[in-house]
Amino acid sequence: MRVNPLFSFKWFSAGLIWFWLGLFVLVPLLMLLTASFLQRGETEFVKFAFTLENYQRIFNPIYLDVFWNSFYLAAMTTLFCLLLGYPFAFLLARVTGKYKHLLLLFVIIPFWTSSLIRTYAMVIILKTNGVMNSFLQWLGLIQEPIQLLYTPAAVVVGLVYSLLPFMVLPLYATIEKLDIRLIEAAKDLGARNVRIFWSIIIPLTMPGIIAGSMLVFLPALGMFYIPDLLGGAKALLIGNLIQNQFLSARDWPFGAAVSIILVLVMSLLLVLYYFSILRNSNNRDKVGL
Amino acid sequence: MNDLVIELKQVSKSFDGVAILKNIDLEIKKGEFLTLLGPSGCGKTTILRLLAGFETPSSGTVLINGEDMLQIEPEDRHINTVFQSYALFPHMSVFDNVAFGPKIRGVPKAEIATQVMDALRMVKLEHLADRKPAQLSGGQQQRVAIARAVVNKPLVLLLDEPLSALDYKLRKEMQIELKQLQRRLGITFIFVTHDQEEALSMSDRIAVMNAGKIEQLGTPKNIYESPNSLFVARFVGESNILVGEVIKVGDDCVEMRLENKIISLKNTKNFQVSQSVNLLLRPEDLHVYDEDEGIPPEPYLHGIIEEVIYKGTTVDLLIRLDSGKQIAATQFFNEDDPKLDFRMGERVFAGWLEGWEALLPSEAAENSAPVSP
Amino acid sequence: MSLKRLSKISYMSLIYGFLYFPILILIIYSFNDSKYSFAWKGFTLNWYHQLFDNQELLEVALNSLMVAVVSASVATLIGTLTAVALYRYHFFGKKVLYGLIYILIMSPEIVMGISLLILFIALSMPLGFWTLLLSHITFCIPFVVITVFGRLSGFNKAIIEAAKDLGASEFATFRLVVLPMLMPAVIAGWLLSFTLSMDDVIISFFVTGPNFQLLPLKIYSMVKLGVKPEINALSTIMFIITLIIVIIAQSLLREKK
Repeated sequence: MRVNPLFSFKWFSAGLIWFWLGLFVLVPLLMLLTASFLQRGETEFVKFAFTLENYQRIFNPIYLDVFWNSFYLAAMTTLFCLLLGYPFAFLLARVTGKYKHLLLLFVIIPFWTSSLIRTYAMVIILKTNGVMNSFLQWLGLIQEPIQLLYTPAAVVVGLVYSLLPFMVLPLYATIEKLDIRLIEAAKDLGARNVRIFWSIIIPLTMPGIIAGSMLVFLPALGMFYIPDLLGGAKALLIGNLIQNQFLSARDWPFGAAVSIILVLVMSLLLVLYYFSILRNSNNRDKVGL
Repeated sequence: MNDLVIELKQVSKSFDGVAILKNIDLEIKKGEFLTLLGPSGCGKTTILRLLAGFETPSSGTVLINGEDMLQIEPEDRHINTVFQSYALFPHMSVFDNVAFGPKIRGVPKAEIATQVMDALRMVKLEHLADRKPAQLSGGQQQRVAIARAVVNKPLVLLLDEPLSALDYKLRKEMQIELKQLQRRLGITFIFVTHDQEEALSMSDRIAVMNAGKIEQLGTPKNIYESPNSLFVARFVGESNILVGEVIKVGDDCVEMRLENKIISLKNTKNFQVSQSVNLLLRPEDLHVYDEDEGIPPEPYLHGIIEEVIYKGTTVDLLIRLDSGKQIAATQFFNEDDPKLDFRMGERVFAGWLEGWEALLPSEAAENSAPVSP
Repeated sequence: MSLKRLSKISYMSLIYGFLYFPILILIIYSFNDSKYSFAWKGFTLNWYHQLFDNQELLEVALNSLMVAVVSASVATLIGTLTAVALYRYHFFGKKVLYGLIYILIMSPEIVMGISLLILFIALSMPLGFWTLLLSHITFCIPFVVITVFGRLSGFNKAIIEAAKDLGASEFATFRLVVLPMLMPAVIAGWLLSFTLSMDDVIISFFVTGPNFQLLPLKIYSMVKLGVKPEINALSTIMFIITLIIVIIAQSLLREKK
């Protein structure tokens, strides 16, 4: 093949993106990793001396508590998103007719809408003289307004509210691709619905489940403004911890170490995702789909 | 001296270590309609892509008009392609699709309009010039693709299974139109297909391909009547293939034992005694006689009708020979002829005119290349 | 209507209600003529007037708009070139690049935010417009790449070959065939990048300086102080803008073939 020495479109494009991602993603990540092994500086942000202390500090009960709390809230969020989102995505994928695109669009819109604004909307709903309390009083379930805002439950509700579309869309994508004939074949072979669900539908939609869980679980660990606005000071997430270390406590090396933990969690989930896809495509090859 | 427009010399191509083409030699004359015929994966499309310049040969030379094409990019080759999927530009009108080539080559604007309309008139689409491809039927899209290619007056037009997406009737029509177009334009056509009927009815010459090699190159008549391998015989048309052994070789005749019978035929290929041979018989070359018509002239085979398949203009018979082998025979239907009233279980003779058979030395690797046309 | 169908429809309505009810309340209250009360006190455009009289807020909005327009444009350029390169060519590290882009979409924003902060501090760049711009471009690129790549993979590869076959050079093929066919996805990519940039809180939070405010950060600091009708109005405007942009982008992406 001839190469135009002045302008090779191919090398220009490939070079540009590698340069950009290298400079603004890979180099910063390496710096983050390096910083996590350095000591806290007196005048500068870091002192160039190797230490493992930042990682050891994570095992300090105060921080372990934050980790536990954060993982717990993120896991609850993921679970609720999955429980609410799976049947919804399933029904959405089975909708036929001209309104299907419209219904899908109504899930895509919140996906792109600012989650800060949506969190703020949740504040209006949950605050003491807000919509929820008035509604409960009108129902006669409560006499006096109760504390809804600034509770761990409010944080989970806010996270679920913000992240539900991130669970639904990948689920929808895999369920949509699910071959309905497999379900029919299973029924034809006499399988009951419960059995079909656990042994056919769930395994085949596993990549979507894991992708959705990833898109919910990871942000749920990091979205510091949601506990900030809905949880008050009580619910501290990993995101809040990192934010504090960088902007208030000014302990960058420790903040970096905590962030590296997030990266590790992400890598673990990515590996899980990769294997679920691999297993699915292997199965598919075996039955010749 | 050279009236060759394309020469392939010892061309090989492999992808990831898998050989797709093996030492292909092929010469194509100016103005010829040549068809590359073969099953999918035989390498016929790869030859087309080598000529168009989308692939480079792993070894060997591709010459177009005597010029080595190794360093020449597709856009600089005076060759155009009609793609299997048509590959029309969806965002352009029919006119703009056809005008694309002339525009790129810098043809003056006024001239482009005439050239494009001429090309569209040629494919009878001048009234649809403003439409978008998506608004056209499959057959119309096909014509646009042809107009878009021929407007550039290429040395060679490459057609990659251009009719495969059309329904049967439209395909028949387009076959005739393409053939007429080629005659009128005098452009060399290289046509790729897996449809043997299409190849036989359109081509000046056919190259039958199998597993990266050209099995036989010849006129349609030559290919059909004298296949030089079992593959060609099986791929082009239907054949009954019988296995026999030479028992006597005369001056110009050969005697063989075939299906428990001694048969004497003309020796055209220097067979040797005790050599194993394949006798190929086209079903339509067999004439079937009732037993009560008396014994027919040699050569013939004897058997029982197992199945009668009524086809409208013909009746197809499956006959179980006394040796146990099943053969097919096609009888042309004549409603007034009571003799065509074949019944299952009837004993019959299947005879043919000497010389209508094809006799091949049996191939050692015969079973290694199963055919599914 | 069968009971089964009814329960399906009610479940879907319930989820849609959950997704939209709070936003709806927010929009309604942006027109409520009462500063504190939950009760409806009549329709007013007062809060919107106040919003447009607030010079500081308008300036911040302009900042956001500027960052969003420039970063969406640069990200669209780079992202489109990347998608085309990924689709058309084989080059070193192609698979890694492809994986990296997907990982970037999945990775927690907070990690990107602080690692960029470290980079900018290490390079002694003053935090503000430029650092925000570079960061926004970076997190928008992957979204453009997958939007454009998605459309490219729907293409018939033979169309590009057809252009070359008819004599078009690599560049002419890109300009006359690939780009026009990609245009809807490119515009959609731009629009989605624009909303991402307009709405981003987490990354901007780390890489901005004291002298350069963006709208979401401003809203964040206002919300921390409590619920105010002006915020309702501002949020309503931002939601409506996102709504329009997403609808346009989706219809562009749907109009295929």
